Amino acid sequence: MNKLTAPLAALAIFASLPAHAAQQLDPAKSEIRFVAKQMNVPSEGRFRKFSANVNFDPARLAQSSVTVDIDIASIDLGSADNEAELKKKSWFNSAGFPGARFSASSFKAKGGNQYEVSGKLSIKGISRDITAPFTVQQNGGQMTVSGSVPLKRLAFNVGEGEWADTETVADEVVVKFRLNLVNTPTAVKK
Amino acid sequence: MGKLTQRYNRLQIALHWLMALMIIGGLAMGLLLDDMPLSPLKLKMLSWHKWNGITVLWLALLRLGVRHISGAPELPASMPDWQKLAAVWGHRLLYLLMLLIPLSGWLMSSAKGFPVKYFGVLPLPDLVGKNAELADLLHEVHEMLCTLLLLVLAGHVGAALKHHYFKRDDILTRMLPFLKQR
Repeated sequence: MNKLTAPLAALAIFASLPAHAAQQLDPAKSEIRFVAKQMNVPSEGRFRKFSANVNFDPARLAQSSVTVDIDIASIDLGSADNEAELKKKSWFNSAGFPGARFSASSFKAKGGNQYEVSGKLSIKGISRDITAPFTVQQNGGQMTVSGSVPLKRLAFNVGEGEWADTETVADEVVVKFRLNLVNTPTAVKK
Repeated sequence: MGKLTQRYNRLQIALHWLMALMIIGGLAMGLLLDDMPLSPLKLKMLSWHKWNGITVLWLALLRLGVRHISGAPELPASMPDWQKLAAVWGHRLLYLLMLLIPLSGWLMSSAKGFPVKYFGVLPLPDLVGKNAELADLLHEVHEMLCTLLLLVLAGHVGAALKHHYFKRDDILTRMLPFLKQR
């Protein structure tokens, strides 16, 4: 590939993206964290790697959509032992199901900068409908989407066999997300 | 009259034996936990171990207070000076370990980022921030202190038995009221 065709190829790839990839994720300023209670003690973790394909326009909610892909093996619990444990079959089975995905195209305005998104969350090969509230902060060419949603780990078979015991590890896990999105020029043109 | 002052008071005796059980239980759980693979039982036992240890810490403080107020029976005049000295310093070391071992465990829990929630209800403050290296170091310290405690306990129990069966004095009965005073 010579110097001229490289940018053209890049442009072609860009153009081939779904017509409405209006925002690009800035991973350095984004995070997906979770809090699980172990023996009633909150314990926090996060996923280091995830990507998002976002087209969110508060003025055109019907045309908006989001897909977030999470790399399960990038789990960070601040302890190598616990990370190895959670990658095992009875927990996330990251070898069999390396990715989790949230995909949605149903948004509701809840007044002000509050919104709600409903879509499918797939973890460990199990899909569930979830609804998550979130807030949007516009800041020049950037948008920060943040919120939190309580999930039931057992609905996704996360923690099987002896680990299905909710006395030691609670069923409810609160996922907190903050996505920093940069508006792409195509969105501005529209 | 004279006999009464030769014994520890009831509160001291109750605290001694309650703590003896808790300390042995805590040590046993600690040894088991070390070799246990991660399981719900391990997580439960870890919590019991922590709650037990924190209770030992409060009780040790209470016990020091009671001892400060009520004092302790005098050692038999027949005891050689070196034995008296060993008894005094042995007990001081026991008290110190009863404070330092739970404290090092509490610190370790904070450093591991898994704070102690007393009986699953009362969250204890984190004494240090989450730090994996510090947690490993504190783990080593916690284990070393426990090894030291086992040695001092062996001396403590050995000396008590020696006094009771060989010296045939009242050292053990002043802490064990069910036994006849000699």
